[in-house]
Amino acid sequence: SLFINPQQKCTVKTIVIASNIQSFCCLFELTEKHLVLLRDGRTLIGFLRSIDQFANLVLQQTVERIHVGKRYGDIPRGIFIVRGENVVLLGEIDLEKESDTSLQQVCIEDILEEQRLQQQSRQEAEKTKHLALKERGLVMPRSDIMDEYGVQHQY
Amino acid sequence: MLFYSFFKSLVGKDVVVELKNDLSPGDTRSAHATGLWENVFSYLEDVDKGIQEHSESYLSICGTLHSVDQYLNIKLTDISVTDPEKYPHMLSVKNCFIRGSVVRYVQLPADEVDTQLLQDAARKEALQQKQ
Repeated sequence: SLFINPQQKCTVKTIVIASNIQSFCCLFELTEKHLVLLRDGRTLIGFLRSIDQFANLVLQQTVERIHVGKRYGDIPRGIFIVRGENVVLLGEIDLEKESDTSLQQVCIEDILEEQRLQQQSRQEAEKTKHLALKERGLVMPRSDIMDEYGVQHQY
Repeated sequence: MLFYSFFKSLVGKDVVVELKNDLSPGDTRSAHATGLWENVFSYLEDVDKGIQEHSESYLSICGTLHSVDQYLNIKLTDISVTDPEKYPHMLSVKNCFIRGSVVRYVQLPADEVDTQLLQDAARKEALQQKQ
């Protein structure tokens, strides 16, 4: 993979990665910001500095963006190295489109509070669902309370 | 190799890529499975309204296939998300690279696919692999 020293000012405009046999389909402009969606649902926005065929990424000046409804909040994170298996997608952010969006930025504390409330209401809905299904004789296995032997714990 | 060549033949066509939803190990059960059961129980009148909520919402991205590689990673240009309300972060993204391992389906235009050819090619590949 092509690794660029983050201290140096990056003057490379495009990056084409070729592996031994076949080329890895990745042509990107390095001067623009990129958005990365991770498998755990997080969104990272930063300058892409390195990518390889496994989608391992190096992002500089990364910001974690939390979206709740129409509002979002940013948490500055610095330099990120992301292991490829956790990446869902990587997109180039179009700066013009970004200024066009109807989304409203709020401060970090507010968005974290909204996120917490959203998680809470989701969990409550899950519980009602689970209870209603249980009453009808259907118990769905929950992977978070199941240990490695397939034993479900009741909490 | 077969599907790599197959996708290469579709470069430039419009496709819809549906991504896997239940990805992280921390997620509670598969959203897809509960969705199916909810459809069964939705006919019962005493089901709480809260249960009816739409849980089968996967990120679906519509775009033009720009390139594909041996891992079936996909690069799409001119993308649009089928449910922008649920995924507002994609609003400012025009092109994206999707890791092959997170793709659930790729919806193709029906008239671009020669199913006979594909079937024959798959049969040949299967025979080759057996040897």
